[in-house]
Amino acid sequence: MDDARLDSTAPRRTRLFGCGEGRIWRSLDELAETEEFAAFIRREFPDQAEVWQDPLSRREFLALMAASFGVAGLTGCTRAPDSEIVPYVDPPEQVVPGQALRFATAMPLSGYGRGVLVESHLGRPTKIEGNPDHPASLGATDAILQASILTLYDPDRAKEVLRRGGTSTWGQFVGEVRQSVATFRQRGGRGLRFLTETVTSPTLTRQLRSLLEILPAARWHHYEPITQDSRREASRKAFGRPVNTIYHFDRAARILSLDADFLSVGPASLRAARQFIDARRVRAPLEPPAAGQSASALSMNRLYVIESSPSITGAMADHRLAVRSERVERLAREIAARLGVPIARSETAWTPAEERWIAALVADLRAHPGESVIVPGDFQSTAVHVIAHALNERLGSTALTHVESPEPLATGQLESLSELVREMRAGEVDTLVLLGGNPVLTAPADLDFAEALSRVNLRVHHSLYYDETSFLCHWHVPDTHYLETWSDVCAFDGTVSIIQPLIAPLYGGKSPHQILDLLLDRPETDAGEALREEWRARRGGGGSFDEFWRTALRQGVVAESTLPPVSVRVDPAALEGTAPPASPAGADIEVIFRPDPAIWDGRFANNGWLQELPRPLTKLTWDNAALVSPRTARALGVENERVVDLELRGRTVRAPVWVLPGHPDGSVTLHLGYGRERAGRVGNATEKRGGFNAYRLRTSDAMASGVGLIVRPRAERYRLACTQLHQMLEGPAEDLVHVETIQQFSARAARPLEPSAEARRSMYPEVDTSRGHQWALQIDINACVGCNACVVACQAENNIPVVGKEQVLNAREMHWLRIDTYHAGDPEEQPDTYFEPVPCMHCEKAPCEFVCPVGATTHSSEGLNEMTYNRCVGTRYCSNNCPYKVRRFNFLQYSDLDTPSLQLGRNPDVTVRSRGVMEKCTYCVQRIQRARVDLEELAAARGDAASPQQQLEIHRRMDDRLAALEPACAQACPTRAITFGDLNWKTASGAVSAVKALQMQPHSYALLAELNTQPRTRYLARLVHPNPDLVDPLSWKPGGGREEHPGER
Amino acid sequence: MSAEERISPMDSDAAAPVIGPGHTYRSVTEKISAIVLHRRTGRGWMAGFALAFFFVLVFFASIAYVLARGVGVWGINVPVAWGFAIVNFVWWIGIGHAGTLISAVLLLLHQEWRTSINRFAESMTLFAVTCAGIFPVLHLGRPWYFYWLAPYPNVMSLWPQFRSPLVWDLFAVLTYFAVSLLFWYVGLIPDLATLRDVARNRFVRVVYGVLAMGWRGSAVHWHRYHVAYVLLAGLATPLVVSVHSVVSLDFAAAQIPGWHATVFPPYFVAGAIFSGFSMVLTLAIPVRKVYGLEDFITTRHLDNMGKVLLASGCIVAYGYCLETFMTFYSGDVHEIAQANARFFGPSAWIFWSLIASNVVIPQLLWLRGIRRNARNLFLVALVINVGMWLERYVIVVLSLERSFVPSEWGSYRPTFWDVSTLLGSIGLFAALFLLFIRLLPMISAFEMRELVASRRGDLATESAEERGRVHE
Repeated sequence: MDDARLDSTAPRRTRLFGCGEGRIWRSLDELAETEEFAAFIRREFPDQAEVWQDPLSRREFLALMAASFGVAGLTGCTRAPDSEIVPYVDPPEQVVPGQALRFATAMPLSGYGRGVLVESHLGRPTKIEGNPDHPASLGATDAILQASILTLYDPDRAKEVLRRGGTSTWGQFVGEVRQSVATFRQRGGRGLRFLTETVTSPTLTRQLRSLLEILPAARWHHYEPITQDSRREASRKAFGRPVNTIYHFDRAARILSLDADFLSVGPASLRAARQFIDARRVRAPLEPPAAGQSASALSMNRLYVIESSPSITGAMADHRLAVRSERVERLAREIAARLGVPIARSETAWTPAEERWIAALVADLRAHPGESVIVPGDFQSTAVHVIAHALNERLGSTALTHVESPEPLATGQLESLSELVREMRAGEVDTLVLLGGNPVLTAPADLDFAEALSRVNLRVHHSLYYDETSFLCHWHVPDTHYLETWSDVCAFDGTVSIIQPLIAPLYGGKSPHQILDLLLDRPETDAGEALREEWRARRGGGGSFDEFWRTALRQGVVAESTLPPVSVRVDPAALEGTAPPASPAGADIEVIFRPDPAIWDGRFANNGWLQELPRPLTKLTWDNAALVSPRTARALGVENERVVDLELRGRTVRAPVWVLPGHPDGSVTLHLGYGRERAGRVGNATEKRGGFNAYRLRTSDAMASGVGLIVRPRAERYRLACTQLHQMLEGPAEDLVHVETIQQFSARAARPLEPSAEARRSMYPEVDTSRGHQWALQIDINACVGCNACVVACQAENNIPVVGKEQVLNAREMHWLRIDTYHAGDPEEQPDTYFEPVPCMHCEKAPCEFVCPVGATTHSSEGLNEMTYNRCVGTRYCSNNCPYKVRRFNFLQYSDLDTPSLQLGRNPDVTVRSRGVMEKCTYCVQRIQRARVDLEELAAARGDAASPQQQLEIHRRMDDRLAALEPACAQACPTRAITFGDLNWKTASGAVSAVKALQMQPHSYALLAELNTQPRTRYLARLVHPNPDLVDPLSWKPGGGREEHPGER
Repeated sequence: MSAEERISPMDSDAAAPVIGPGHTYRSVTEKISAIVLHRRTGRGWMAGFALAFFFVLVFFASIAYVLARGVGVWGINVPVAWGFAIVNFVWWIGIGHAGTLISAVLLLLHQEWRTSINRFAESMTLFAVTCAGIFPVLHLGRPWYFYWLAPYPNVMSLWPQFRSPLVWDLFAVLTYFAVSLLFWYVGLIPDLATLRDVARNRFVRVVYGVLAMGWRGSAVHWHRYHVAYVLLAGLATPLVVSVHSVVSLDFAAAQIPGWHATVFPPYFVAGAIFSGFSMVLTLAIPVRKVYGLEDFITTRHLDNMGKVLLASGCIVAYGYCLETFMTFYSGDVHEIAQANARFFGPSAWIFWSLIASNVVIPQLLWLRGIRRNARNLFLVALVINVGMWLERYVIVVLSLERSFVPSEWGSYRPTFWDVSTLLGSIGLFAALFLLFIRLLPMISAFEMRELVASRRGDLATESAEERGRVHE
């Protein structure tokens, strides 16, 4: 027909695709090889924001992700680092296909590092575990560490050097920088400013310092939205020098938190959680107590928490007082004054309940002088920190030490940023180099960083994503993920870890060391060179450097780099200098800013695992919300999902309300990091998800909290994807979480919580469990702090897909392990909160198995309830009949089978499930299988062993192998709340396995035992340690912690 | 025994005729065959069929979409992993009950009044079971593997898991379908032969001739026919009880509060009879009017069916009471929470609508004026149809919404595709039914002739004796 028109398109096609008449490209590779096509892609899709801003639905997003990676993936596949390409003529000694290798490295967050071991399959990092040798990890991880592997493979990361938003190259950037460096040298660096996040990297510090030596007029500023300014400031004030305070919770019998969420926030939170729980782990002696040995030998620490926003630390408290943020300092002063610290009290009228609380606390602290520790929160004022230092000194606490701060910059970060903005506005800044950070998003709203930025002539941004700040900069250079680069980083106590790359930069990122080398006018190398040079210099002579270097890399920590404790005294003048806070008008509503528990300050907004992670306490996913107490909600006339206008000092944001029992009255908590505009396709805020930007209300005088918030309810509602509504521990839930005081536990002695053997009779034949391995899991809910590390660890280990907000709204989230949260007590009166992780119970009499028509879920001889994906036809009957509802169904095709970069990150030992099949926790059966192979080899060796001595030796190795066998959740857990093992195993010394010993504890119980499902997953009851001055510990019951028991003492 | 004596006590109105006065063999044959052979296809039928066929297309489109995207297009989730598909399945299966009951059980009980409605009911059964059978396959996560539920020889020597009620279900439903089909077809053969004989068009004669399988109406044929028919009736009778009992075990064998109840099998059977009869009435009353069949489906038929409806409704109501009583009598905290959620929870309105439609409104049937008035009876039957669907919704969905662990309590909201599959299946049912009344004799002509014969005094005794012989 219309040949002419057809013809007119032909040349274009030819030009674009190089495929004129008769030539058909056979594969995408062939297509992408052509220059024209590359140009076309560049021109049409320069990774620009227009595309990203579109309110994409999840499905569209997946389609887009797949499509864009048809292109990007061609260059983004696994590559060995360029410098060390060696052909496999002689295969490297360690690399055995199918066997994972582990490398030690460290993840920096807010400047401080936490050591990790990264599992690598044939050059692809797939899973992150904690490094037991690292002081900030002790072998544990948190949700963010676990999820950081997904960021590595995130297809939305910045992929090329951009100049004024257009494509450029690293070469062009180098050329331009070299030129301007030459100019700056002439001017001594006048007008040059650097802005970094918190830096502790010795190498980066040295590089920046040498640069500042060459360019003396240049300046280095630092800023971090979740800052520890009050700690820095207080340390300077109280001790006269910058120190880091290290709390040793294992040595503390009484702990008072002044708004400190030490279990989840801060560079030492994993260590804090481990030590705190270690001092709460109660085990009854398995032998009946000998005469004279009373049950009172059981002991626990006692945690008091005063907090302004509900946190997991508060949920673990034996006594919790939720107050508005401004009251914390007044409470601190009152407590300090009563304990004899010379400090001005504030004029505050305490309620009778508060008065009793303070009196009981003060008496308790006074009774445990050396063993008490007071922990101030990062979100509290400098004064609170100073008071805490003074109190600890006054009580002679042995549970804390101080070390020299490893941070090179001692100035407050807010001060540093404010100064920079002032200079920018005054036109004194000619060139600004932003190494990391996203100040356009995160800087206090009153500084108007974006406007100030526009007055800078040359703006260079170096970051992982092309974000809000990059958009306003002339140059954007993609950063490397920490798994792609050489670097070093300090832990909270100064211990240095070398960060080593496990994979060459996937998207051509450059490390900050490379950029600084460039500015230093040094030859371009990979960052490793700068690092080795630095460490060669630091170490000085003596011994082989190579050996030192190899050991440091292998261990994940640099030997003897931990800073020694320093002795400091609180300067009495620091206490005099502080004045009590002015009393704000009582009716004003207070706003509290907190980092989001999952996406932190917003930097992980494009991480689907973190976005879909039900936040502790709220169980919200994909959004932040204005959190208020039930009473405040009623006073404001709002309810869940009601949209409100929040106004603070003339700035307004619009947010949906979420009612959170346990929140203090009269305040609103806002989590930062949401409402992103240029986070990526997962993190960008749309009409339907992505939350609101709380930074827009945050000003430099209200960084953590501020009074005077105006809340105006609107007519509309906004749907929030919550995975569990607030539920009380009563009615059908009553027996799900067993809670008792340690005194009740002692009194109950050896009486088990179990039903009798009679109740275990079943119509189905008994299975012989006396032989072979019999796997079991014990979850100590007394140790569970609800931090979510296990949930993400499970997701990473088992290739669990992200489903998107819409699917979560329809209760289709796929997590194999969930953390149930229950409240006890009056929801309006600060109820208690209990966490309970729920994986598959692996019931011996599994209700799911009986109803599957095709036998897709069956029982193994080792007690595993196994799921055969291939056999599953998807009747979902098993899920219906599961009393614990731990089964998850692929209602749609959830696993992204098309995006190459995401495929790289998957665990090759675990099937990627397709649509229409059921899945659930397997106890990480792939790990069990590996262990079984090893154990069988050892067992064979034991059989061949000549002497009993050798046999014993091999038996010990088998013990070790079994001890090393842990499911992902247990391995990640900071508090070791999860114990896995073989019920039948006898160690070389004849002892039963750890899991068996825990099952024999009198506070071990099964969920819904009355159904006689005989679960292999069992729980240890939650124990609390209330102050007898406040409640009677023997008549205590969940939620009754604040009931008055006058005269019972 | 005379025909009159065989009438059961329940049939109090025995004096009223089961066939209008003045009918002869010829008039019966002509009247029934004319609907198929001579009567012009009415505009009403065309419009009805067009509408039904539209919904058939909706059904096919919905099925295609579900197959292409997955069952996630429906509102199901965890914990409510079964939704409309299973509700519809149970509902249709229940409707399919009346056919066998009317044909087989009432035949064996010598309820003569069944004659004019049994063809109807059997066809309805077939179509309802067809609709029902689609849903269990469609609701699978991977429907293309539905045959894995069947024990068939395969290289991996894998068998279905016989403890699962879903496997029993497969057998029960397939058996029921097979026997219903046979029963229906065997019953049709003499009438197909009649159509072959009276048809004038050659093509029609050939088609009906083939279908009549060489029926010549000889005494031998009749003898064998009666033996086969009664034997099939005997085979089908236990199925009336078994199918819905087995379907109820899908729920009763599970341990979810609200499912795990021993009362389920009998109460499901009663419910099935209840819904089956209400569907027969829903179909019979309009057809009777449109095709002028008041002579064959008389007021006495309506009255009797109304009574069956009332009786089975009372059993169903008793089932509800017993279930509730056992819940509270057990003292089980989960069962009680479940009951409270049903009565007072967010979806309580569904439960109370079900009580209104299945318990309260059927009580109107105590009134003779309601039973004997076609329009009133039709309205009551319609309400019961809806009520029985709601009952299954309450059992399936509301129970799943609240199971043991409160953290996993959920809710279910049907999507567009949920509704479209339900409406589509109704469309399919209606389309099949309309085709049936257009192409096959909707009333068993030869059995009506037997009725005519029995009405004639001189023939009554003979006919009865003949039957007596057959039954030996």
